[in-house]
Amino acid sequence: MTTVTTQSATGTGNGLTAGAVPPGARPALRHRLAERGVDGQLLLLVPAAIFVLGLFVYPFGYGVALSFQPGQGDALSAYRAFFTDTFQRDTIGTTLWIALPVALANVLASVPIAYRMRGRFRGKRLVTTALVVPITLGTVLTAQGLLNFLGPTGWFNRALVSTGLVDAPLELTHNYWGVVMSLVITGFPFAFLLVLSYLSGIDPSLERAAATLGAGWWNRFRRVTLPLLAPGLATTFCLTFVLAFAVFPSAVLVGDPSGSTRVISIAAYQAAYEQFDYALGSAIAIVMGAVELIVIAVVLGARSLLYTGSTAGGKG
Amino acid sequence: MSTVLDPSAPASRPPRRRRVRATPVAWLLWGAVIFFFLNVAGVIGSVLVNSFGRRWFDTWLPEGFTTDWYGQAWEEFRLLQVLTVTVEVALLVVGISVLIGAPAAYVLARRTFPGRNVVYLMFLLPILMPPVTYGIPLATLLYELGLAGNLSGVVLANLVPSVPFVILTMTPFIEQIDPGIERAARMCGANTRRVLLRIVGPLLLPGVLAASILVLVRTVGMFELTFLTAGPDSQTLIVALYYSMSASGIRAQQSVDAMAVMYTAMMLVLLLVALRFVNPTQLVARVKEDVE
Repeated sequence: MTTVTTQSATGTGNGLTAGAVPPGARPALRHRLAERGVDGQLLLLVPAAIFVLGLFVYPFGYGVALSFQPGQGDALSAYRAFFTDTFQRDTIGTTLWIALPVALANVLASVPIAYRMRGRFRGKRLVTTALVVPITLGTVLTAQGLLNFLGPTGWFNRALVSTGLVDAPLELTHNYWGVVMSLVITGFPFAFLLVLSYLSGIDPSLERAAATLGAGWWNRFRRVTLPLLAPGLATTFCLTFVLAFAVFPSAVLVGDPSGSTRVISIAAYQAAYEQFDYALGSAIAIVMGAVELIVIAVVLGARSLLYTGSTAGGKG
Repeated sequence: MSTVLDPSAPASRPPRRRRVRATPVAWLLWGAVIFFFLNVAGVIGSVLVNSFGRRWFDTWLPEGFTTDWYGQAWEEFRLLQVLTVTVEVALLVVGISVLIGAPAAYVLARRTFPGRNVVYLMFLLPILMPPVTYGIPLATLLYELGLAGNLSGVVLANLVPSVPFVILTMTPFIEQIDPGIERAARMCGANTRRVLLRIVGPLLLPGVLAASILVLVRTVGMFELTFLTAGPDSQTLIVALYYSMSASGIRAQQSVDAMAVMYTAMMLVLLLVALRFVNPTQLVARVKEDVE
């Protein structure tokens, strides 16, 4: 073993366990593998790989298998039960109807604000910190706060009524709007941070170059910044969409969990832990993952049509 | 109109045009931001006021103020035990995920090898998937193995998104370390273990801290996975809060509010600590802050 280690020019520690390979062939194999980038250092990946295989891939496979083994009926009956029952099937639409507008609004609102925040100005750190604070709120405080604040006797409605803008308090909680609002409060800061970091990754000299060529504010944004930013926006959209798509506690607490905000995670939870139908629960969970991945694939597929190079300016 | 304006236009146009164009947009924007903040402040403020309020029905402010709700929440919800569990879970998750994730992040940041993209995707998926999708099969499996319903189940489930998160957070930090330093160490005869322990490790300390704190924040705030795997004695704060709120009517709103305020205060401290180590805008794209 010691001879092998000293032979390797890069000194990569323990070699691959080459097992039954004859001694003469060992260096050759090692070299051939090393040329392709495979050597002992890759062993550092092993714990993480075992971990992900054991706690993510295997349970997921187990869930898939479970969803095809319902207590009664054939292999597909759990899926059939989900898709033929409109009360269950409609949860897909409900979830998308919440998650897509929320993700879109968060991204679209972040762009102009982040665009203004790029430069250096007094109090920038303060504003950034203030924007980050809502991340710490957590779903329960947000839910409690929205119920207090937007409720019929809350400050928001009280202000609207006392200024005469509306006659009767608006219904903003225990429905679609409550859930949307809670997702915007928790999701917007996150989207903003991502957009800001993508935006500050774009070399400002590119825009300055466009300005010297006579491009106005709108043209600079539309022709230079936006195309460079678009891939980042797609990523941000995906990540905020994932957050909003997974909505569960706030859909129960500020929403209408048996009606307009009965999202798919509630359906999955109820099947698995209230009816103890693990096959149906797993099937719904897998449908949920599939729907989400389809949306992400569409967005990222559209992204690959856009420019995906460096956003830093060239040296020349 | 135009004849009046035209003579003065050449002299004053450039500055004035800028101002006229920028102002409405800027005002609208900052107005929207302020409106958002006002609402967020209202949301936080109403919880804060309520948690100190005596009775609050159809008025702008409660009838009187008291701190009793905090004491009541502390005892009623066995908060000491809940907090202990929260801290235990968070520290275990942080420790294990850094130990597992950091070496993998090193390899993924430095090396190319066949199948690298597959490995990368495998690490990316747990972050992309909503926790409920893999949480339900995972919890079912853990219950079969007798691992769920206690602390180990909660820790194992929370590790699933945390390890990939450590890998993704640390990769840019590793890329910042000049590989030349490692090569120099190898020239002097250091093997991989020594390079990692003596060279990369110390240089990577800020990255480790950043990843740890972000995982800590995430774990304390992770609802779904803990909710699916926790038993009565292994609830973290956020799950205890959820139960106390969804069972409202039994308990006073104000003590739930008091508990929510404590949770947010804790998260805020964690996040402010995190912001000292990580510039949030540099997590995705690394940029020099002082560009002219």
